[in-house]
Amino acid sequence: MTLQTLQTSLAIPEIFLASMACLTLVAGLYIGRNRADEICFWLATGTLLATAGLIIGSFSQGSETAFNGLFVDDPMADLLKIAICVLSAIVFIYSRHYNMARSLFQSEYHVLGLFAVCGMLVMTSANHLLVLYLGLELMSLCLYAMVAFYRDDRLAVESAMKYFVLGALASSVLLYGMSLLYGLTGTLSLPEIHRATGSLDQENLGLILAVVLIVVSLAFKLGAVPFHMWVPDVYQGSPTSTTAFIAAAPKIAAFAMIMRLLIGGLEELHGIWQQMLIILALLSVAAGNIIAIAQDNLKRMLAYSTISHMGFFLFGILTADAAGYGASLFYVLVYATMSCAAFGLILILSDKDFESDRLEDLKGLGKKSPWVGLLLLIMMFSMAGVPPTAGFFAKLSVIHSLVNAGLVWVAVLAVLLAVVGAYYYLRIIKLVYFDEPEDSREISPTPAVRTVITINVLSIVLILPWIGSLFAMCHEVILMLAY
Amino acid sequence: MDSNLLSILIWFPIVSGIIVLMTGNDRNQAVTRKLALGFSIAVFILSIPLYSGFDQTTANLQFTEHRDWIPAFNIHYSLGIDGIALPLILLTTLLTVIVVIAGWQVIRDRVAQYMAAFLIMEGFMIGVFSATDAILFYVFWEAMLIPMFLIIGIWGGPNRIYATIKFFLYTLLGSLLMLVALLYLYHATDGSFSIRDHHAVGLSLDTQILIFLAFLAAFAVKVPMFPVHTWLPDAHVEAPTGGSVILAAVMLKMGGYGFVRFSMPVAPDASHELSWLMIALSLIAVVYIALIALVQRDMKKLIAYSSISHMGFVTLGFFIFNAQGIEGGMVQMVSHGFISGALFLCVGVLYDRLHSRDIASYRGIATPMPVFAAFMVLFAMANSGLPGTSGFVGEFLVILGTFKVNPWFAAVAASTLIFGAAYTLWMIKRVVYGPVLNEQIGALADLDLRETTFLGILAALVLLVGIWPDPLLDVMHASVAHLLEHMETSKCTPACR
Repeated sequence: MTLQTLQTSLAIPEIFLASMACLTLVAGLYIGRNRADEICFWLATGTLLATAGLIIGSFSQGSETAFNGLFVDDPMADLLKIAICVLSAIVFIYSRHYNMARSLFQSEYHVLGLFAVCGMLVMTSANHLLVLYLGLELMSLCLYAMVAFYRDDRLAVESAMKYFVLGALASSVLLYGMSLLYGLTGTLSLPEIHRATGSLDQENLGLILAVVLIVVSLAFKLGAVPFHMWVPDVYQGSPTSTTAFIAAAPKIAAFAMIMRLLIGGLEELHGIWQQMLIILALLSVAAGNIIAIAQDNLKRMLAYSTISHMGFFLFGILTADAAGYGASLFYVLVYATMSCAAFGLILILSDKDFESDRLEDLKGLGKKSPWVGLLLLIMMFSMAGVPPTAGFFAKLSVIHSLVNAGLVWVAVLAVLLAVVGAYYYLRIIKLVYFDEPEDSREISPTPAVRTVITINVLSIVLILPWIGSLFAMCHEVILMLAY
Repeated sequence: MDSNLLSILIWFPIVSGIIVLMTGNDRNQAVTRKLALGFSIAVFILSIPLYSGFDQTTANLQFTEHRDWIPAFNIHYSLGIDGIALPLILLTTLLTVIVVIAGWQVIRDRVAQYMAAFLIMEGFMIGVFSATDAILFYVFWEAMLIPMFLIIGIWGGPNRIYATIKFFLYTLLGSLLMLVALLYLYHATDGSFSIRDHHAVGLSLDTQILIFLAFLAAFAVKVPMFPVHTWLPDAHVEAPTGGSVILAAVMLKMGGYGFVRFSMPVAPDASHELSWLMIALSLIAVVYIALIALVQRDMKKLIAYSSISHMGFVTLGFFIFNAQGIEGGMVQMVSHGFISGALFLCVGVLYDRLHSRDIASYRGIATPMPVFAAFMVLFAMANSGLPGTSGFVGEFLVILGTFKVNPWFAAVAASTLIFGAAYTLWMIKRVVYGPVLNEQIGALADLDLRETTFLGILAALVLLVGIWPDPLLDVMHASVAHLLEHMETSKCTPACR
């Protein structure tokens, strides 16, 4: 085996990121405590942006494999990786102030973040069940630790425990599904599984069981109903900086995982998983939107909103055609951007002894701080899917793909549930704009954070003239997949 | 004919709204107001070439623009107007100026945001009337809800939050069903969102009926038609005066516009098949809602119900499928824009002085405010369809058209002349005439220059359209004739009517 067949160059961004993560870890240990945190923050943020830059520089034009077929680099992976790195860097910038006030601003926190991103990148490029699992676990373990990082907080520890136990359970279910699949096909390579499953009898009970186990574990990881129980607890219990981290980039990684596993590996079996996904998606959108209405904690409400968004995102996948995958890809990119901005706003509104995670905390924000109020307004309308925001086009694209696939009844239900969803977003706008402020806390984000959040939120509206190109890009990278 | 005029008319108000928004908090209100007025007048002046450059002899789209937007879905940024959209655009640009003037002194809180909301909304509304791509239309149609939601919610009355959320959710639900219909049409046309392609595509009767009903959900809520009208009185009562004016004068017209732009040409056979339903709902609105208006104690509520009743005439006119009916409905829409706008402004004038909308708290306004009384009586007369005012032209044409189809329907519809007169004039009698109720009313100041200006403009238009409606009718003849001709041919194969 020569280095030539390894094609190491394809994995340079991941290698760079992992080395920098180790370097940051070491730097954190050897530089004086008081300066280390600051330096590691800049190292971590810089590394993420540099990794994004490396990927942009080597954006692939077609599908290539490395490490003897374990690792695949294609345009879809590159697009997703860029989004993962950039959004994670943005979350670091948002959480700086919040973490400092809670003594979470430590070098280890950012190192964990870097390793989690590394895991996501590996998942995104996985071409083999073991590599996929490796990336998934690298990401998950880091995330568990990031939730538990706020160890003085009872809720954080509790949610870390829940997250870990349920996450481990989901991983074991996934492994079980994978092992059955290996038994049936005799291979762990996703393209070979793809070829092998085509000739298998679809009534085979073992095969159905394998698909069911895999879909269940994916639903766990995504937080689709009825496997969503951990989502609200983790979102609420984690320090908001970690919630923001979990809410943005890992959703993109989850999309990659579904694409590699369900589409890359098991597309031939869509007859088996399609119906499961319809039920999961509809339940998620329904339960997410309805339960969100009853919440008075902002983070918890956004958790239920995430569940419903994951449902919407599954609508594109379940059509089992390229147009649908493109729509889902578009949806997940838009959603991760929105989610990043929404939690960024909560982070900005919080300070030392104030979490700003109750809905009442938003009262009169439009008056206290018109600019932040306006940004939140745009966010909420975008999350609700009201034009003229990218959120609308994301919903439009998945509903479009549903109608395209002949699932008009699913589309009608999805649309009706979106109206239910609009209510709780409107309620936030009501608090922000129609209610009088109850306190006179000053909100003064640093100019840098203010600039980043403004760009983040306004991109949701200002992308509109070019949204056609972004959409076309999503479709092209899907069409360029090797399968 | 290619021009950028429509784009300018859409984006100029939106950009100017953002500029107004940037004038910031309430520190320099005077600048904000003058800026907003300047911008709104500029938009109105810019919209005049639409009329002067409009070719009345053709039903083709004019001032068209066409750009690619989302090629993957074949969505285009394409604009164009015909004789049906043109009057409504002019109505929008004119009323925005009036609303800015009307909010001049009344709004003291967050002035920049108020003015900006109206300007941005103006751009979206013009977008609705000029979009010729279904998704572009939908984007503007929904986007418009956001400023209106804020206007009612921030500057509205005590129960504003209930009213504005109800308003938003009602309209959103209707609109989303329309979206599904549009997506269906995209597939029926093999991938086109062009409204003209949707007009041309052949559809079976069953499909047409489903599409018609989906459109009905969107447009009936907007018009509003019985029985989905209940958001309107709430929204009107709670909205600030300017919000009520735009709501009644322009936003309701979008429902009517939707029927002529989508429902009728896309599903002509279903329109004929279900015309009984539309006529029945319209007649219920005309008679039953008029009776409800009769018993109102709140002036704004009374005018809100009167709006529903008058919009019933519009839908009745559309669904009797003859030129008089459709043109009558169109005239009625424009005229109702003037009259209901003016009546809401009149109530606003009184409310600014006494902070009450109750009919019972007024009597004998004519003594201290003779000029105001004259205006209010004029608009009331117009509202009850007095010949010589714009209210008469529309109602007369619709009744004439209905008579050709079915004299009984016409007879029921004509009862509005009695009911309309009853509720409007009874209100006038109680508010304007009689002995002065108390000293407070005796001491009221008459209209100032600002108020005389906006009521004067509307009064002049009401009389102009009433006496000489030709300039308005001429622009729509060709488009209405084209619509009727289009609806003559069945879309099903084999023909189903």
